Amino acid sequence: MTASSHDVVVVGAGIVGAACALECARRGMRVTVLDRDVIGGGSTAAGMGHIVVMDDSPAQFALTQYSRQLWNELRDDLPAEVEFERSGTIWVAADEEEMEEVRRKHSYYTSRGVNAEIVNSAELAILEPNLRRGLAGGLLVPDDGVLYPPCAASFLIERAKAQGVAIHLGKAVQQIGRGRVRLSDGREISASVVVNATGAWAPELTPGLEIRRRKGHLVITDRYPGFVRHQLVELGYLKSAHSISSDSVAFNVQPRKTGQVLIGSSRQYGAESAEVEAEITAKMLQRAQYYMPGLAQLSAIRAWAGFRPATPDKLPLIGPAPEDPATYIAAGHEGLGITTSLATGRLIADQLTGADSSIPIGPYLPSRVAQEPSHV
Amino acid sequence: MTSAGREQFDVIVVGAGPAGIAAATRAAECGARVAVVDDNPALGGQIWRGGAEKAEDMQAREWMNRFQKVGPRLFPGTRVIGQQQSGMLLAEERDVPRTLRYRTLILATGARERFLPFPGWTLPNVMGAGGLQALVKSGLPIHEKRVVVAGSGPLLLAVAAYLRRHGAEIPLICEQTSWTRLAGFGFSLISHPGKIAQGLKLKLGLGFVPFAANCWPLAAQGFDRLESVLVSRNGEKQEIACDYLACGFHLVPNNELAALLGCELRGGFVAVDDFLRTSVPAVYCAGELTGIGGVELAVVEGEIAGLAAAGDESAARALFGNHRKLQKFVSSLARAFAPREELKSLSSPETIVCRCEDVTFARMGGHASSRAAKLHTRCGMGPCQGRVCGPAMEFLFSWEAASVRPPVFPARVASLSGMETELEVESDRTTGGTR
Ligand SMILES: Cc1cc2nc3c(=O)[nH]c(=O)nc-3n(C[C@H](O)[C@H](O)[C@H](O)COP(=O)(O)OP(=O)(O)OC[C@H]3O[C@@H](n4cnc5c(N)ncnc54)[C@H](O)[C@@H]3O)c2cc1C
Ligand SMILES: Cc1cc2nc3c(=O)[nH]c(=O)nc-3n(C[C@H](O)[C@H](O)[C@H](O)COP(=O)(O)OP(=O)(O)OC[C@H]3O[C@@H](n4cnc5c(N)ncnc54)[C@H](O)[C@@H]3O)c2cc1C
Repeated sequence: MTASSHDVVVVGAGIVGAACALECARRGMRVTVLDRDVIGGGSTAAGMGHIVVMDDSPAQFALTQYSRQLWNELRDDLPAEVEFERSGTIWVAADEEEMEEVRRKHSYYTSRGVNAEIVNSAELAILEPNLRRGLAGGLLVPDDGVLYPPCAASFLIERAKAQGVAIHLGKAVQQIGRGRVRLSDGREISASVVVNATGAWAPELTPGLEIRRRKGHLVITDRYPGFVRHQLVELGYLKSAHSISSDSVAFNVQPRKTGQVLIGSSRQYGAESAEVEAEITAKMLQRAQYYMPGLAQLSAIRAWAGFRPATPDKLPLIGPAPEDPATYIAAGHEGLGITTSLATGRLIADQLTGADSSIPIGPYLPSRVAQEPSHV
Repeated sequence: MTSAGREQFDVIVVGAGPAGIAAATRAAECGARVAVVDDNPALGGQIWRGGAEKAEDMQAREWMNRFQKVGPRLFPGTRVIGQQQSGMLLAEERDVPRTLRYRTLILATGARERFLPFPGWTLPNVMGAGGLQALVKSGLPIHEKRVVVAGSGPLLLAVAAYLRRHGAEIPLICEQTSWTRLAGFGFSLISHPGKIAQGLKLKLGLGFVPFAANCWPLAAQGFDRLESVLVSRNGEKQEIACDYLACGFHLVPNNELAALLGCELRGGFVAVDDFLRTSVPAVYCAGELTGIGGVELAVVEGEIAGLAAAGDESAARALFGNHRKLQKFVSSLARAFAPREELKSLSSPETIVCRCEDVTFARMGGHASSRAAKLHTRCGMGPCQGRVCGPAMEFLFSWEAASVRPPVFPARVASLSGMETELEVESDRTTGGTR
């Protein structure tokens, strides 16, 4: 690696950087990717890998719908180790009040081209026999999926390499700006555009970005094929995921292709270390057992925690940095970055080539006013 | 939960092998309130397995009797799976969670055999040497079975002698290290007469069993179960028909709990000072966890840690001289039984390296670290969490160990759910159990 010139340098080989690199290379740009660690070793290694359409805001819906479609189009190309499965999501309603939300969500999704189906209490018990009895019902979204994020990132990088992208791992970047990248070892690289795709660490390279770390815990079990069949998420999740200030847990359980059950999730601000905290893990597991009592007997083999790169309005930053047109940001994907990575790659490449995007890009531009209140 | 579930102890010792027994005994003799937690049903750990009644060794019986006299509280069949909060261990006793509070903690979790992959090592009847011995202890018939014992370290001789006493036929003991290194090891024994006696006893038990140095397994062969072992012996290939292959390449420390608690490690072993204090306040460490050095060293380390933990530093200091002498054994063992380079190239591309997740050797190629390999191949992600394949990968690729996360052993989801804590809070509030 010499001080040569590149079209694009992507900093960060998480799922978002990988998607950006691949898409830019496809459009004919000369791309180099740098990461201080390994491919997909940051938040990407800690995430659940649920590919899901969400509707906290219209812009979130547009981005997740677009990106999920891109994943589903890629489906047949994904190698076995990506563990992709179209398992579908069931948004679980505990009571009548939450069934109201099911109906609202159902009409929102179906009127915008996303398949969804309301299930009643009895149907829910058949679809997911290990849920406790007495739940009101839920919303089945059949085209959502599950994958294994680190291998998905590797897959995108492998494709990018086939398009001529160069990747350098174990290279920490110290500073970026005005088309220059300074590595910790003192070397410099220049490029027409530098893409900051360092996720939760993006403000270290682009000071002033409003990205905070939102810690999340997960627990994975031994193999119990068939114990859970869809990704199950409680609708109360909306309430807890929205609360910006306090720690929260929610029932969020995923069937892995291996037969394992991945149990989430928690949300905390202000936690500095990725250490597993026994107390919040306990709360999270209690919540899960409240919905699925049989989980209590399963053997848990590992717990871990990671950081979601969270922005104030819960939408990612995709586009030029406010004060430096040679720096693009592709970061801040919070708890949806696995899902929205492919769309992010498209939107970045669209902007760099001046192409029209499939969805309006305004809501994701870093220059947007970030004070609009989040939906509740 | 019952009050027994949340008792407070001055000293908790994790592991009831020689180091743990000595530590608990010494601390209890000082008047401390002591508990010992071990996942086996009885005292003894690896070598003194089975408790005082079964002990064939004088020293073992003496220590276990002394232990019983001061009566530390023993939690057998109980696994420590993590730390609930500072000063509070989380354990599981036959699937039932238990929290134990301590003022001072002594980790004496010992060591396990190192396995190295070679073609066929996952065939039925290829077993760990210590593992086969344990199975025979619990009733596996071995009479007139042919057992090839292969790998490295003094454990091979001990296991071979044991199996022979129980009627097995031992066609060959294969020690991978060279005669030169073995001779160097013999020399360093001269300052430890006890060791020589032990060695002799073993030799007597072994009678005319053929023993080869410079000899290691190349492949375990057979269709659906083991039929023979192909070994390299002084540079030549030799096939030996057998019913079992008992295999282990010396020992690696069970450092997972120490790592989880944040104790500094050096080369995989827990770093300690003269009083066997770790880098974490109020956490001591004794036995194989600080260096593979055998029973005598483990016992003296247990004594020092137990005395120091109970506050009798001068009595602990009195053992420093002996400790330092025995410690020399650690480096001579490590030198004598270090795995040779040739063992890195035994695997074929399709040899399984991670048994839990069926990951082949071919898939390990090109990864820069154990973490990268783990993330992209699932190697070490299964129920054993890399306990088996981890040390092998560290040797084969010179990688650092992967990170440790709770639980230290697989545990029921309920056990990680802190239900005890919740129940206690609720009973304090005297409200019903609403959520
Ligand atoms: C879908 C899925 C399924 C999984 N299944 C299994 C399974 O079956 N079994 C299993 O054991 N594991 C499984 N894992 C977990 C996985 O291998 C790791 O445990 C996971 O990557 C979490 O890592 P960790 O924190 O435990 O480990 P570590 O490898 O220790 O992670 C270290 C963390 O520290 C961060 N970090 C490092 N340096 C810095 C720094 N300087 N500043 C800030 N942060 C830093 C890294 O980015 C990383 O997030 C799975 C993961 C996923 C995503
Ligand atoms: C518990 C949990 C559950 C989640 N579940 C889901 C889910 O189900 N579905 C979903 O879609 N999303 C989920 N997410 C969110 C998702 O994991 C993230 O949004 C996504 O991984 C972000 O990807 P990234 O590429 O932006 O960041 P990262 O994966 O963190 O990549 C950033 C990369 O930049 C590198 N880097 C950082 N600084 C530097 C530097 N100075 N120099 C060089 N390299 C650097 C890092 O090493 C890292 O590899 C979850 C997250 C968590 C924590």
